[in-house]
Amino acid sequence: MPVVELKGIKVEVDEDGFIQEPDSWSEELAAAIALTEEVETLTEDHWKVIHYLRDYYQQFGIAPMIRKLCKDTGFQLKYIYELFPSGPAKGACKIAGLPKPTGCV
Amino acid sequence: MAKFDETPIVKDAAKNGVLAPPELREHASSRVRCWPSKAKDTIPIGLPPERVPDWQERAIAKFGELLERNKALRVYMDICVRCGACTDKCQFFLGTGDPQNFPVARAELMRKVYRRYFTPGGRYLRDASEAADFDEEMLEKWYTYFYQCSECRRCSVFCPYGIDTAEITMAAREILCSIGVSTKYVTEVVAKVYETGNNLGIPSAAWKDNCEFLEDELQEETGLPIRFPVDDYGAEVLLVPPSADNFANVDTMIGYGKLFHALGIRWTTSTYCNEGGNFGLFLNYANLKRVNKRIIDAARMLNVKTIIWGECGHAWRGGVLTPTLNGPMDMFDPPYPYHISQFIVDMLNKGALNGKIDKSANDQYLVTYHDPCNPARAGQLLEEPRQILRACVNRFVEMPANTIREKTYCCGAGGGLLTDEVMAIRMAGGKPRAMAVKHSGANFLATICAICKAQLPEAMKYWKVDVEVGGVIQLLGNALKL
Repeated sequence: MPVVELKGIKVEVDEDGFIQEPDSWSEELAAAIALTEEVETLTEDHWKVIHYLRDYYQQFGIAPMIRKLCKDTGFQLKYIYELFPSGPAKGACKIAGLPKPTGCV
Repeated sequence: MAKFDETPIVKDAAKNGVLAPPELREHASSRVRCWPSKAKDTIPIGLPPERVPDWQERAIAKFGELLERNKALRVYMDICVRCGACTDKCQFFLGTGDPQNFPVARAELMRKVYRRYFTPGGRYLRDASEAADFDEEMLEKWYTYFYQCSECRRCSVFCPYGIDTAEITMAAREILCSIGVSTKYVTEVVAKVYETGNNLGIPSAAWKDNCEFLEDELQEETGLPIRFPVDDYGAEVLLVPPSADNFANVDTMIGYGKLFHALGIRWTTSTYCNEGGNFGLFLNYANLKRVNKRIIDAARMLNVKTIIWGECGHAWRGGVLTPTLNGPMDMFDPPYPYHISQFIVDMLNKGALNGKIDKSANDQYLVTYHDPCNPARAGQLLEEPRQILRACVNRFVEMPANTIREKTYCCGAGGGLLTDEVMAIRMAGGKPRAMAVKHSGANFLATICAICKAQLPEAMKYWKVDVEVGGVIQLLGNALKL
C-alpha cells in the first residue's frame, strides 16, 4: 500500500487515494484529503455531510444510501455535488475516510 | 468525475447519431489498465494470492483444459478467416482507434498462443504459423486488452462464422486468474458477495435500514403502506435485484415496491443473497457458478414459490444459465428463470394492471431505451422492455437502428470495467451510445442494468448529452395508480 504525506500527516492509502484505516482519520486529515478532491475549504455544510457519513458508517459499516444522505442532511443532491465535485460516493466518502464504494455504482 | 488522461479517446464527430470508424491510432489505449487484485480478495474466492512462479506452464495447462471442456472455444480458435467484419463493430475500437481493440485482433492474442502450443504448425514453425510464446509481453497484452473488452458480444452479431468473442475473452480471463492475474475491481466485488451477500458490501442491518427508509418515504409521498420486505419466509416471490438498486438507483427499487403493491403480491428480498449481479461472469466459471447458486439457495431458505431477477444485465446472463450452472429449478413454480420485465409483460397481458396505469405521469419525458448487452444478446429481452415502456409512457423514441436491439452498443463499462482507473476506456467505449442518445433527442434514457445506470450518467455528462438515466420499472412506478 502506498503511504502519502498530506500536510505532514503520513497515511496509508489505496490506489485511488482512499485511506485504508477509517480509524486513522482526523479532521486535519480530512482537510488535507479535501485539497486532492478540488475542495479548497471545508465549510460548515461540508462538515455536516462528513460527520453524517462517518456516523452512519460507524453504525452500519457502509456508506448511506444517497437519498438518505440528502434527506437527513437536508441537502439536495445537486448541492452535495457543489460541495463535493466528484460526488457523494467518491469525493465525500474519501474525505470522510470511508472505504471506496464498489460494485455497480 | 476525477481527472484522467484523455489521450486514448477519439474525438471525431458522429453523423446522424452514428460514428464512422476512426483513423487507426496504434497503441492508443495500451497503457490503460485495471488495478491488479489483492490477496485479501483473491484468497477467499479461490484464486492464487499472486502470480504463481510457474505461470507459463500453468497457463498453457489451463488453456488445454478449457479447449477440452469447451469445444466451442476450440472451434473459435480454428475457424476465424480474418474477414474483418468485426473490426469496426466494437465500441472500444470506435472510441480509441486502437487496432488492438479490433475484436479479431484481441482474439488473435489468444489464437497466437493457441497455435504455438496446440497446433503442429505452431509447435514446429512458430513464426511461419503466426504463433507466439506466452511470455511476459504477451501476458501484459492479455491483461490490458482482455480487460478492454466488456464481453458484450456486439462483434459476434456481425461474425459470418458466429464466433462468440465474449467466450474468448472469458476463457482468457479464466486462464489469467488461474495463474494469479486478475483485477482488483472484479475480485473485490466477488469477495464482498460471499462476505455480505451483495456486490456493494451492504451489511444486513443496513439493507433493512434502507428498506425501512423507503417504506417511510413512500408512506410520506403516497400515504400508502408500500412495503419492502426483507427475509419474509414463505413469501410468494423472491426478488433478486442488483444491490445498487437499494443504494444508488432507489427509483428502480421504488418501482419494484409499487408494482408488487399494485398487484397485491407478497414478495421479499433476502439478506443472504441481496444481489443478482454476477461478477463471477467476469472472472471464471467456478465463481460464476458459486455466485449464481446463492440465488437458488436463498430462495430455498425462504421457501418462496418464484424467483424474479431484477433490472441487472449480467445477473440475467447468469440467470438464464441457472439450470446449466446449478441444476434443475423444478422446485419452483414455472416459468423459470423469470425476469422482472417478463413478469411485468405477463401481468400486462393478463390484464392485471388494467386501469392502474396513467401514462401522462411520464409526459415530461421523451424516453428512449438502451438495450444492455446481456439482456439483448444473451437473455432474449428485446421486446419486453419496449412493451412495458409503450404501456407506461406516451412519448417514446428509438435510437438509430444499428445501435439498438441485437446491435446495441455496450454502455462502455460492462464486463468488469466499471472502475475509475480505466475511465478513459469507459468514456471512449461510451461514445457510440452517447452519440446515438443525443441524436434521438430523448431526455430520459431507460435501461434495465445497474452497470449501465452507473456508467451512462458519467458518459452522457462527458459527451455533453443532457439526459436523465433510470430504470424501465422506475417509469412504470411513476405511472402506477395505487
